[in-house]
Amino acid sequence: MISELGLFALSLALMTSLVQTTAPLWGAATGRARLMNVGASAAVTQLALIAFAFACLVWGFVTSDFSLRVVASNSYTLMPMFYKIAAAWGQHEGSMLLWALVLAGYGAAVAIFGNNLPATLKARALGVQGLIGAAFLAFIIFTSNPFARLSEAPLEGGGFNPLLQDPGLVAHPPMLYLGYVGFSIAFSFSVAALIEGKVDAAWARWVRPWVLTAWCFLTIGIALGSMWAYYELGWGGWWFWDPVENASFMPWLIGTALLHCTLVVERRHALVNWTLLLSILTFTLSLIGTFLVRSGVLTSVHAFAVDPARGIFILAMVLGASGGALTLYAFRARQLQQPPSFAPASREGAILANNFLLLIATAIVFLGTFYPLVIDALTGDKISVGPPYFNVTFGPIMLCVVLVMAFGPMMRWRNDSVKPVGKSLRLPMLAGVGVGAAFGIFGQSLPGGLGMGFGVFLCASMIRWMQVRLRAGQVTPRQSLFLAHAFPRSTWGFVTAHMGFAIAVFGVTAMSVWQTESFASMRQGDVATLGDQTFRLEQVQLVKGPNYDAQRLTFSVLRNGAADGELVTERRYFPERDTMTTEAGIRGGLFANLHLTTGEDDGSGAFAVRITNHPLAMWIWSGAMIMAIGGFISLSDRRFRVGAPHRVSVGAAAPAGA
Amino acid sequence: MRLLLITLALTLAVTSPALAQAARRTFDPQVEAVARDVGKSLRCVVCQNQSIEESNAPLAADMRTLVRERIAAGQTRDQVIAYMTDRYGNFVLMQPPFQADTLLLWLAPLALMIGGVWAWLAYLRPAGRRNLAPAPLTPDEDAALARLDSGRPA
Amino acid sequence: MSTMPPAAEAHPTRSALPAWAALIPVVLLLVVAGFFAFGLTQDPKAMPSTMIDRPMPEFDLARLTPDRDALTNADLIGKVSLVNVFGSWCSSCVLEHPQLTEIGKSGTVALYGVDWRDPPSDGAAWLNRYGDPYHKTGVDSDSRLAINLGVTGAPETFVIDRGGRIRFKQVGPITPEVWSTTLLPLIRKLEAEAA
Repeated sequence: MISELGLFALSLALMTSLVQTTAPLWGAATGRARLMNVGASAAVTQLALIAFAFACLVWGFVTSDFSLRVVASNSYTLMPMFYKIAAAWGQHEGSMLLWALVLAGYGAAVAIFGNNLPATLKARALGVQGLIGAAFLAFIIFTSNPFARLSEAPLEGGGFNPLLQDPGLVAHPPMLYLGYVGFSIAFSFSVAALIEGKVDAAWARWVRPWVLTAWCFLTIGIALGSMWAYYELGWGGWWFWDPVENASFMPWLIGTALLHCTLVVERRHALVNWTLLLSILTFTLSLIGTFLVRSGVLTSVHAFAVDPARGIFILAMVLGASGGALTLYAFRARQLQQPPSFAPASREGAILANNFLLLIATAIVFLGTFYPLVIDALTGDKISVGPPYFNVTFGPIMLCVVLVMAFGPMMRWRNDSVKPVGKSLRLPMLAGVGVGAAFGIFGQSLPGGLGMGFGVFLCASMIRWMQVRLRAGQVTPRQSLFLAHAFPRSTWGFVTAHMGFAIAVFGVTAMSVWQTESFASMRQGDVATLGDQTFRLEQVQLVKGPNYDAQRLTFSVLRNGAADGELVTERRYFPERDTMTTEAGIRGGLFANLHLTTGEDDGSGAFAVRITNHPLAMWIWSGAMIMAIGGFISLSDRRFRVGAPHRVSVGAAAPAGA
Repeated sequence: MRLLLITLALTLAVTSPALAQAARRTFDPQVEAVARDVGKSLRCVVCQNQSIEESNAPLAADMRTLVRERIAAGQTRDQVIAYMTDRYGNFVLMQPPFQADTLLLWLAPLALMIGGVWAWLAYLRPAGRRNLAPAPLTPDEDAALARLDSGRPA
Repeated sequence: MSTMPPAAEAHPTRSALPAWAALIPVVLLLVVAGFFAFGLTQDPKAMPSTMIDRPMPEFDLARLTPDRDALTNADLIGKVSLVNVFGSWCSSCVLEHPQLTEIGKSGTVALYGVDWRDPPSDGAAWLNRYGDPYHKTGVDSDSRLAINLGVTGAPETFVIDRGGRIRFKQVGPITPEVWSTTLLPLIRKLEAEAA
C-alpha cells in the first residue's frame, strides 16, 4: 500500500514537473506574472511529492518488504537497520530516485530563496529545471521503477553486497549527488540567460553560491569515495582512474573552472561566454557520468546492474538537455559576448589560463576513459587505458595549475605584468626549488621532488599574498590585524581552499612516490619488520559478526623496541552472498598510515602478510575536506545573501578589493 | 558446529589447489619487487578494473604465481608482459601500447597543451595590444576638470 | 571602484573567433554521443581471442580419477575436437551441460573436458552428478593451460581442427542455438578440410 502511494506520488510529481516546465516558460515569453509564479509553487510541490515517494521507498526497506523487487534483491532481514536504510540508495532504482530528489530539492531552494531575482529569469530557470526533472521522473517511472512488485514475495531477501555495508555508503552517494546534481542549477540559469539574451551582475551574483555549494559537496563526495576505497578495498589504493571515478572527477574539474569564472563575471563582467559554456559543460558531464554508470558501456567496479535500454534513455536525455543547451549557446552566445577587456598578464588572464588548463585536464581524463570505446568502434581492437596513462599525463597539468594558482591572486585585475609579480614571489620560488630539490635528491624521485617543490611554492605564495594584503612590514601589526579583520569571508574561503589544495598535493605526491612495504609469510608468533617498526602475529581467531564470519589476525606493533599498540586485520566471509572481503588493519597517523593486510592462508597455518607504509595519506583527504571547508566559508559571505551590487556614489571610499 | 562449517568454507574458499602453491612461494624480495611491478601493469581479465596484484579473483592469483615463477626463472619484465599479451591481447596492459591507433591518445595531452597556450595568447593578445589606458576625456569632462583645477565649483 | 558596463544585450562585437566556432561544442557532443550509441551495442567485457589459428598449446594435465586416462595433446590431432573448460564451481556450466551431453552422445565431434581450478574429487563428483559427456578429461589446477589459452572465465569452449590448431573460441555456455548456428557449421567445414 505504502509503495503504491509512493508510485502515485511519483506520477503526480511527473505531472507537476511538466507544469513547472511549461507554465513559467510560457509566462516569461508572454510576460504573464501569474504563469511565471506557477514555477515556484510547482517546484516546491514537486519536492514534497518526490520526498514522500523516497520516504515510501525507505519504509519498504525498513520494514523489509520483500514483495518489492529492489528490497528483495538488495536487503535481508539480518542486515543492520543502518544499512537497510542506506540500501534504499544502494541500487540503481533507489539511487535514481535520490537523484530526482536532490534535483527537486535544488529547484525548490531556488523557488524559495530567489525572491530578489528578476521574475522572468527565475521563471525560465525553474522551467528548465522542471524539464530536467520531468525527464528523470519519466526515466524512473518507465524504466527503473523502484516500487515494482514481485508476483511472489520471497521469505528472505537476496542480501546486500558486503562491500557496500559500510558507513561510507551512507554518506558518499548523497554527497556526490548534492554535488553534481547541484550543477543543474548553473545549467538552468545559463539556459535561462541564453533564452533571455541577457547576462548581468545580478545573474552572476545569483549563480555563484549555487555553483559553490555544488562544488563543495562534490569535493566532499569524491574525497569520501577515495577514503572509502582506501580502507574498504584492502590494498591501500585511493584512486584508480576507474571510469566511474573519472565520471565524478570531470564535473569537479570543470566545476572548479566554472567557480572561478563566476567570480570574474561578477567582478569584471568578463568571461561571460565561458561561464555559460562551462555551466552547460559541467552538467553535461554529470549526465554523462550517470550514463556511464548505468548503461554498461564501460566496465567498472561501480557499475550498477547494466541495461542498454536504460542507456538509450539516458543518452537521449544527454542529447536533449546538453544538445539543446549547446545549440542555444551556439546561436545566442555571440550576442552576449564581450571582447576580452584584459591583458594576458592579469588576474582575469590567470583565471582564463586556469580555465584552459582544467579544460585540457578534463579532456585528457575524458579521452583516456573513453578511448577503448573509440578504438573498438573504429578498429575493433581491444585496448585498455589504466592508471599509468593518467598519472603521466595528468600530473604535469596539475603542476601548471599550481603555477597559475600562485601567480594569479598576486596579479591585479585587467592589466598587470609578470615581472614584478615574479619578483614578489622570489622567496616562495626559492623555497619551492630548495625543498623540491631536497626531496628530489634524498627521496630519489623527480616526480616526488616536483610535487613537493610545487606544493611548497604554492603555500609560500599564499603566505606572501597575505603578507602583501596585510601590508606587513609597511604598517604596524595592529593595523595589519585590522586589515585582516576587514577581509570579507570569501577571502578567507579562498585562502583556506587554496591551502587545502596544497596539502592535498603534498599527500598525493608522497603517497604516489614514497610508499614502502614488506611481505612475509607468517605463522602465529612470527615477526616482520618495516622500517623501524616490528610486527608480531599474536593471535588468529574466528570471529562472528552480525552477518559475516571472519578470520581475525591480531598483530602487536613495536617501534624501536617499545610497545606501540595493535593492528587487527580480518578476512570476512558473507554466507548470504558467498563473497569474501578484506578488512585491512589501518593505523592513521599525521605523517603516515600503516596498512596491514593478510592474504591467502596456505593451508598450513602460515599467512601471506603485507605491511605498507603510506606517507602523508591523511593529507590527501584532509586537504580535500579543507578545500570544501574553504568553499563553505566563502558561501557564508554576507554578500551572497544580498542582491546585485549597487553603484557606489562618487566620493565614497573604494572598498579594499580582495 | 556452524562455526566449524564456516571455518571449512573459509579455508576452502581461500585454499584452492593453486593457492597451495603459496606455500611453495619463496618470499625473495628481489623477485617479489619485480613481480609486483609486473603485476601492477597487468590487468585482471576477470574484474577488468584492477591489476592482477589487487584483484581477489582466483585467476588473478594464478597469474600472480605464474609471473613470480617466470621472474624467478630469470625472465625479464618485458618478457613476462609479452607472454601475457601474447595470450590475452593488448587489453591486458594497464598502459596502452604506443602504436598507430593509440597515437591520438598519447599525443593529445601535449597537443592540447600547446593548443591551449596558443589559444590563450591568441584570445588575449588583441586586448594586450589594444591600449588599455582609460579612454580620453570628452570635451565636457575636460571643461569640468579645468573648472575643478581652478577651484571654481564644477 | 569599477563601473559596470550595461548588461550585454544584443551587442554584437568583434570577436577573436569565427562564427562557426560556437558550433564546435554541439558537434563534439554529437560525435561523443555517436560513440556512446555504438558502445551500447557492444559488450565491454568481451575480449577477442588471440589464439585463433594458432596451435593448441602444449599441456600436461593430471587425470581426473585414477581409472580415467588424462587428456593429452596427441588426442587433438587427426580429428576435429571441442575442448570445453569447466569447473564444479561454475553455475553457467550446469546450464550448458545438457547440450554437451547431447553433443557427446551424438558423436558428431570429439568432446574433451578441462576441469579448471577444481580439486579433482570435486570435478569427478560434479560429473557423476550431471553426467560425463567427455571422451577424456584433464585437470588444470594451476590455470597453466587456461592462461595459455587466454581463458578469462568458465565455461569456454575451443574448436580444434585436424591439425591441432585452435579455430574458434566460444565464450559462455553452448546453447542449442549456438550449437546449431555457429559451432556445427564450423565443425562440418573443418572436417571437410584436409589436415
